[in-house]
Amino acid sequence: MTLAAETHGFLSPTGVEIVFLLTGLVTLGAAVITVTTRQLVHAALWLVVALGGLAVEYLLLTAEFVAWVQVLIYVGSVVVLLLFGLMLTRAPIGRSPDADSGNRWVALGVAGAAAVLLVTLVVDAFRTTWIDLDEPKGTTDLLGASVFRHWVLPFEALSVLLLAALVGAIVLSRKDGGAAEEPVEDPAAADDGGEG
Amino acid sequence: MHLAYPAVLAVLLFCVGLYGVLARRNAILVLMSVELMLNAVNLNLVAFDVAFRDVLRSGQSFTLFIIALAAAEIGIGLAIVLMVYRNRGTSAVDRLRDLADTDAGGTGAAADPADPADRQDPQGAGDAAGGPATASKKAEATA
Amino acid sequence: MTTTTLAALVPLLPFLGAVATLLLGRRSPGMVQPLAVLPAVAAAVLAAVVAARQGGDEPVTAATELTPTGSVPIDLALHLDGMAVLVAVLVGVVATCVQIYSTGYLRDDPRYASYAALVSLFTAAMLLVVYSGDLLVLLVGWEIMGICSYFLVGHYWDTEVARAASLKAFLVTKLGDVPFLFGIFALASEAGTFRISGILTAAGSGEGLAHPTLIALLLLAGVAGKSAQFPLHTWLPDAMAGPTPVSALIHAATMVAAGVYVVARLLPVFAASAAALVVLAVMAAVTMVGSALAALAQDDIKRVLAYSTVGQLGYMTGALAVGSRDAAVFHLLSHGAFKALLFLAAGVVIHAAGTNSLAAMARMGGLRARVQDAYWTMTAALLALAAVPPFAGFFSKEAVLGAAEAAITGHGATGHGIPGAAAWTVLVAGLAGALLTAAYAARLWLLAFHGRGEPVPDHGPQPVVMNAVLWLLLVPTVAFGLTVWTLPDWLGGHDLTPTLTTTVLGTGLALVGMAATYAAWKQTAGLAARVPAGAVTAHPGEEPALTEAEAEASHEAVYGSPAEEGTPASGAAPDGTATDPGRILLGPALYRHAGSGFHVDALYAALFVRPVRAAARLVRFLDREVVDTYVRGAGTAPRLLGAAVRRAQTGNVQSYLSALLGGALVLAVAVVVATTSVTGG
Repeated sequence: MTLAAETHGFLSPTGVEIVFLLTGLVTLGAAVITVTTRQLVHAALWLVVALGGLAVEYLLLTAEFVAWVQVLIYVGSVVVLLLFGLMLTRAPIGRSPDADSGNRWVALGVAGAAAVLLVTLVVDAFRTTWIDLDEPKGTTDLLGASVFRHWVLPFEALSVLLLAALVGAIVLSRKDGGAAEEPVEDPAAADDGGEG
Repeated sequence: MHLAYPAVLAVLLFCVGLYGVLARRNAILVLMSVELMLNAVNLNLVAFDVAFRDVLRSGQSFTLFIIALAAAEIGIGLAIVLMVYRNRGTSAVDRLRDLADTDAGGTGAAADPADPADRQDPQGAGDAAGGPATASKKAEATA
Repeated sequence: MTTTTLAALVPLLPFLGAVATLLLGRRSPGMVQPLAVLPAVAAAVLAAVVAARQGGDEPVTAATELTPTGSVPIDLALHLDGMAVLVAVLVGVVATCVQIYSTGYLRDDPRYASYAALVSLFTAAMLLVVYSGDLLVLLVGWEIMGICSYFLVGHYWDTEVARAASLKAFLVTKLGDVPFLFGIFALASEAGTFRISGILTAAGSGEGLAHPTLIALLLLAGVAGKSAQFPLHTWLPDAMAGPTPVSALIHAATMVAAGVYVVARLLPVFAASAAALVVLAVMAAVTMVGSALAALAQDDIKRVLAYSTVGQLGYMTGALAVGSRDAAVFHLLSHGAFKALLFLAAGVVIHAAGTNSLAAMARMGGLRARVQDAYWTMTAALLALAAVPPFAGFFSKEAVLGAAEAAITGHGATGHGIPGAAAWTVLVAGLAGALLTAAYAARLWLLAFHGRGEPVPDHGPQPVVMNAVLWLLLVPTVAFGLTVWTLPDWLGGHDLTPTLTTTVLGTGLALVGMAATYAAWKQTAGLAARVPAGAVTAHPGEEPALTEAEAEASHEAVYGSPAEEGTPASGAAPDGTATDPGRILLGPALYRHAGSGFHVDALYAALFVRPVRAAARLVRFLDREVVDTYVRGAGTAPRLLGAAVRRAQTGNVQSYLSALLGGALVLAVAVVVATTSVTGG
């Protein structure tokens, strides 16, 4: 890739790059709207767009399995969970004037500074690195073989962690002597999804 | 494809998430911003995995793990937010200020004066039904 | 048992009694009276036995070195000569009388247990002083007496007067004790021993002491404080705020006698310095005359007696100033007897009259009939005080005057080396004192027992024990003078019988004084016969001490404080001055000054109290405004800093996180800049 880097300039993008760039813009815009909108439910919906855009980016990077998992879990369950949370905490529907705390200008400063610093560093570090997308590198069988050959132990440890999260969510969300709350069931679903 | 594209996109997404974590008032929105940051990391992992053709596919495997972790995290986080909401009648992050250093004299003058919800909390712990009721009133008032 | 063992038991028994009383007093109040009386009786009996065994022969000495001290050894030494054993008998008898009297006088007092224990401790301390053959051991007893007097004078500590009086007694005597301590150390360092016998040997030997005047004057300061001599006498009249038996104990036998006793013990040291003797004589003369004048103008019956004590002590120091130890000890003994009687009888009178004011008593009829026992015994004691023959006071006072005369004529007791000026001073002052003493004794007698007015309300009979003690003390008051022919065998062997000149002069002056008082009193007859002001309601059923305490408390409000200038002095109370013969005798101006003790207290207040208070205020100001400013500054600066830091602790998680990430960014930028500069350079 490095030897090929000299032959690829930024001013002559390939088709994949253009698609990646456009999708990236959409994703970024959705993310920005997510963190700035005053309507809480809209924020969750814009998050769906952002996460979906990321899934497309994964596909463009030939990591198809990760892309589908992203769609399944994030778009399918995590956002649903967040929507449930919004409903359970009786988030107002419509524009709420106090969606941002008084910390926003400090936050903007910190985030902007971080962005400037990191973009500078990343561009400086990786401007010549080229990704060769000729062959797919994230197909299900490749990744499955890798996960169940090299990453079995972390994978099993992860299941223990998910169990702990399940129990913790039950303990945290139950009323005194009452039944478990809504969000408890979904980590289990996420667990299944993760293994699938 | 240049590696810089996904890397810069990941950085920008991360910073957007960072801004959300620092600026959003509602705890669930904060959680969404955390998801954005996690996804930014995921994008980085996948991009570098693909770029460096890792034999072990460690980047993508890690992405999978992180997705599972994020699911667990969002479950636990939402449970915590729900409990806080039930106990205190609010899910606004900047109103949970019990750790603020107030005057030892207990005059309460040092406590945040723009924060009346803080003081009516102790009885909210007792009646789970009352907490959301007051919170809903407040939500209507703010909306 | 040997004499030494018995003598050791004498101070030990009251001490053990005091300890036992303190330990058991609260739990079993019934034990207190026997525990208080029996050790005193036993000590008196043992002291008498010791006296009989010693018999005025060669001194019995015994010493045990407790522990090596490195330099001058300190011994637990006994030194029993005739003087010591006689004074010990006096102390034992008076203490016994006081303890017996107190069982009636303070029978219902809630603090009787501690009171009895302190009296026992007081007695033990005095006996220790008397018997001790070592100056440091003597000092221990001396100081124990000081603290006991503080507690006993302040027995009614719930009254302001008693608190002030006890503090005053303690501080004034301590003021004398500090030079006394220095004097003892100087004396011991020059003589090389704390043993009294060794010191006397050193003082009497050829080379003598190096600085006898300095040492004598230092010791004299302590003696003046303890024996209430001018100018440190002011505590004694105020010490009347204590219960009457305590006054009797302090005045007759213990505290004030200790000073005279120590001078008598160490007389060779004083005799080695003519200057010290002159100072002693002047001190004695001023004390004699001044206190007698003051006594003539006092209204409180106990203050009259207190000033008379001061005056009689002046006689003793006067006798010492002319080198006659025998006369001094003789007067000490006889005075101890009749003064104890006077105070105890005064307690009875106060109880019966319901007041301690002579002006009030002067307007009560029939007090004499009410207190028959006290009347007769007090009459005898007052005659003894006025030195009328054949009572004890006559012989002892004549011994003092005779010694002075002998010193002038040059064939005195210790004859040589006595400055003529000192002898003349003592003689003249002694004669003047005799006149005045007789006058105030007569005044006291007339005012107290021959009041004209409404009869005293009947408060019931006096407790039997109190009256019995009075008759017991009457015996030495009347008869002690007759020992004048045997006493020299016990003491120094010098003749103590009255000489013709002084007898005629002294007795004549005394009679003149009594006659003058009587004439003045006759003049005032029928002037005022109204209801006495300030007589408190007596409590027939309660203990006698209660009446006295209330009288003490109400006295100043009614009659004004004698210690303060400008207020009406004791006798100069409204309606009270007219009937007071003292006012006629002294004239109004002198009367007023004498009534306030010649303003010595005011003088001290101006000289010492006010500067000290001002200094204290200055120190307080410096402490509060200057020193504390630094302290407060040291506290304020961190507090302000903390307040500033506290503003950051808002409890808002997002601001914390912002600060955290901002810090991380700064660190990252720093690292980037550092690495690029390193790689670039």
